[in-house]
Amino acid sequence: MSGAGIPRLRLAGISRRYGDIQANDGIDLTIMPGQVHALLGENGSGKSTLSRIICGITRPDAGGIEWDGRAVSFANAAAARELGIGMVFQHFALFESLTVAENIQLALPRAAGGGALTQRIEEVSRRYGLPLDPRQQVATLSAGERQRVEIVRCLLGAPRLLVLDEPTSVLSPAAIQSLFETLRQLAGEGVSILFISHKLDEVRALCGHATVLRAGRVTGEADPRTTSSAELLRMMLGEDPATCLLTPREPGAAVFELRGFSLPADDPFGTSLRDIDLRLHAGEILGLAGISGNGQRELVAALSGERRGGSGSLRIVGEECAQLPVAARRALGFALVPEERLGRGAVPAMSLADNTLLTGARHGLAKAGFVDSAATRERARGIIERWGVRGGGPTALAAQLSGGNLQKFIVGREVGLSPRVLVVAQPTWGVDAGAAQQIRQRLLDLRDAGGGVLVISEDLDELFQVSDRIAVINHGRISAAQPAAATSLQGLGELMSAGTFTRG
Amino acid sequence: MSLDYCIALCTATVVAATPLVFAGLGELVAERAGVLNLGVEGMMLSGALAAFVASVTGGGLLLGFLAGALAGLVMSLLFGLLTLRLGTNQVATGLALTLFGGGLSACLGRGYAGLPGKALPPLQLPLLSDLPVLGPLLFRYDAAVYGSLLLVAGVSWVLFRTRLGLVLRAVGESPQVADALGHPVTALRWGAVAFGGMLAGLGGAYLSTAVTPMWAEGISAGRGWIALALVVFAIWKPWRVLFGAWLFGGMTVLQLHAQALGIAVPGEFLSMLPYLATILVLVLICRNPRLLRLNQPAALGRVFQRER
Repeated sequence: MSGAGIPRLRLAGISRRYGDIQANDGIDLTIMPGQVHALLGENGSGKSTLSRIICGITRPDAGGIEWDGRAVSFANAAAARELGIGMVFQHFALFESLTVAENIQLALPRAAGGGALTQRIEEVSRRYGLPLDPRQQVATLSAGERQRVEIVRCLLGAPRLLVLDEPTSVLSPAAIQSLFETLRQLAGEGVSILFISHKLDEVRALCGHATVLRAGRVTGEADPRTTSSAELLRMMLGEDPATCLLTPREPGAAVFELRGFSLPADDPFGTSLRDIDLRLHAGEILGLAGISGNGQRELVAALSGERRGGSGSLRIVGEECAQLPVAARRALGFALVPEERLGRGAVPAMSLADNTLLTGARHGLAKAGFVDSAATRERARGIIERWGVRGGGPTALAAQLSGGNLQKFIVGREVGLSPRVLVVAQPTWGVDAGAAQQIRQRLLDLRDAGGGVLVISEDLDELFQVSDRIAVINHGRISAAQPAAATSLQGLGELMSAGTFTRG
Repeated sequence: MSLDYCIALCTATVVAATPLVFAGLGELVAERAGVLNLGVEGMMLSGALAAFVASVTGGGLLLGFLAGALAGLVMSLLFGLLTLRLGTNQVATGLALTLFGGGLSACLGRGYAGLPGKALPPLQLPLLSDLPVLGPLLFRYDAAVYGSLLLVAGVSWVLFRTRLGLVLRAVGESPQVADALGHPVTALRWGAVAFGGMLAGLGGAYLSTAVTPMWAEGISAGRGWIALALVVFAIWKPWRVLFGAWLFGGMTVLQLHAQALGIAVPGEFLSMLPYLATILVLVLICRNPRLLRLNQPAALGRVFQRER
C-alpha cells in the first residue's frame, strides 16, 4: 500500500524542547493512506511528545507538517481533529462522572446529544465490533471498555489518521486481539494508523512499517515483519539487550510469614483475604501470579501496614506485627514498591530528592529530627546515576518523569535501603524492555545479597525469569508456592482462572 | 398556632432563603467549571452596598439590583484576573476577596449606615394573590423571589440539558482533557466566575433591599459562607441548593421567633442553630463518599494553565 501517491502525513525536522530536555530532535516521519505505521521507542524517547504534536496539543519549536501534500500548522487540538486526525490516549482522556454518550458528544464539534447520537454510537460499535452501552457512566467501565469509548469517539469523527499511544498496555490478550481486528478493518478502509508502542511482538503482528526513536531522534526505519527483534531492539536501545541470570541459592530463615491470615475487604469493590499461608525466605524471590483485582492490593496493604489488623498470624523477620504501623515495619527492614507510582510510590509534586527522603529519613537522611539536605540530594543523585534515570536531576519533580524512569527511581530508592524484605507490585508495568531487564537484575542482586523479595506480577514470563518459587493468588486465596522449575505456564494459568482452588 | 402564623413563618423563610439561593446558585456554576471562589461573602457585601446606594440615591430598585449585580461582577472579574490569568491559588485568593470586599464595603458605606432604605414591594397578582391561604403562601412575594426560582430552573436546564452545560461540567471534571478535545477551558471558566459574581451581587442586593432594607457593616453576617456550604450540601445540583436554602432560612426564622417568644434559652445559642445545622448536614453528606465522588467536580480548586 505504501510507496506511491501523496503521503497522508509528512513530518519534516520536528523539534520540541522541554526545559533541559530535547524531547524531539529533528524528526522525519511519513505515513501513507491505509498504512499501519509503528512508532517504536523506549520510555522517554519522545514518542508521546511527537504524538501530541501530531494531534495539535503541543506545538513544535521547529519543523513542518504536511497533510495530504499541503503544509499545515495546528492552532489547537480541534484544528487537527477538523482535518481528520483522531487520537486514542495512553492515559484515557475521559470524563469519569459523565456517561459514554456525553463523553463522545464532547469530542464531536456541534453534535447534539440524545437519541440520534446514541444511535450513531451503536451503529459504529456494531460495525467495528466494539460493544458499548452509551448510557453507562465511564467511572464504572473496565480499562478495555474505556479504550473502546475512545476509539468509537475517534471513529465518529470519521478520522483519516488514527493515532494510538501505547494502546495495549492495559488490555487483556483477548482484548488486544479484537483491537487489532478493528485496526486492520480500518486500515482496509483507507484510514492511516500510527501505532505507538515499545512491544515488539505486537508491532510485528500488526504493522507494515516502523520508525524507531531513541532519545528524541529517529534511529532507524524498518519493516517489522522482516526485521529481527534483536535488530529492532538494537535500534531502540543503541546496544544489545542484557539478560539476567538466576543462579541457584540456598534460602535462609523466613523473613516474613503469614499463617491462616484473613482480612475482610474495606471497600465494596475490594477482595477479602482468606486464610493465607505464605512464607518468604532470606535470599529468595517468591513470585505471586494472578489476574489483578484478586486480592493483590489488599495483600500489599496488609504487609506494608497501610491496613492493620486481620485474624491469624503475620510475622516480619520473626516479629508478630499485624498491629504494627507502617513505620515500625519499615524499621524492621521492610520496604515496598507499590503498583501506583504517582501518589503512592512517589509524591508527584515533590522533587526526587524529597521523595528519597520519604523512605530514607530513618536511614541516615535525618538526624535528631533535622533533614540533612546535602545528603538527601547526594543519595538521590546516586540513585539517578546508578539506575540511569532520565528526565532531570534531584530537583526534578516526580510528576515530570516518564513512567519507566520514575519506576526505576522508586525501585532504586527502595533497593538502596538494603531491606530484609522487599515487596514489589507490578515492577515493570509500562516500563520498556531495557529498563525492565535492569529492574529485574537489581531484584536478583538484592536476593543474592540475602534479601527476601516478593514479586507480585501479572506477567508470567517475568515471574519465571526471576522467581525461585511461584504461588498464585485468586479470589483472595493463595495457592501453595511451588519451585519455579517444577511449575508449568499452563498449570499457573489454570490456577489463575479457576473459580476457587483447594490449597495443597 | 394559628394558620396565619404558620403562613407568616413560611413566607419569612422564603424571603430569608432568597439571598442564599442567588449566591449558592452562582457559586455552584463556578464550581461546576472547577473554580472554587471563596469570595462569595465579599461579593455579596459589595452587591449589598451598591444596591442600597443606587436605590436610595434616586436610582430606584431596578437600578439597585443592576448595581448589585455589577458590583459582584467587578469583584469576580478581579478574582478571575488573579486565578485564571495569573494562576494564583484559588483558596487564598477567594479568602482575600472576602476580606477585601468586607473592608471596602465598610469603608465606602460609612455614610449610609442607618439611612432608611427602599424596600422591595410584594407583587399583587390579579386573582392569584387574593386566593385564601394559597394567595399569601405562594403569590405575594416580590419579583426577585420568583426571579430566583426561574434562575434555579434555568441553571439546571442549561447544566444538564444543553451542550454548553455539558462542556462546562467537562471543564470542571478535567480541564486537561477538555483542552485536548479543543474546548475553550479558560473562557468558560471566566464565564462561570462572572456569572457567579453577578449572582452573589444579586444575593447581596436582595439582602439590603428586601430582607432588611438598610445598610450596615457586615450585613451579610456569614451568608456567603453558608452559600458555599450549601453547594456541597446540594452535591452540586441546583434544585438541592433551593431546598438547602429553605432549610437554612427556616432555621433562621425559627430561632428569631423563639427568641421573640422568650424561650428560656440564651439568644446567642439560638442564633448559633442555623450554623450548627449546616455543619451537621455537611457531616452527614460526607458519610457517603461515593455520592460526593460522583458529583463533585474532580478538578475543583485546581489551577489550569495551557502549555504553550
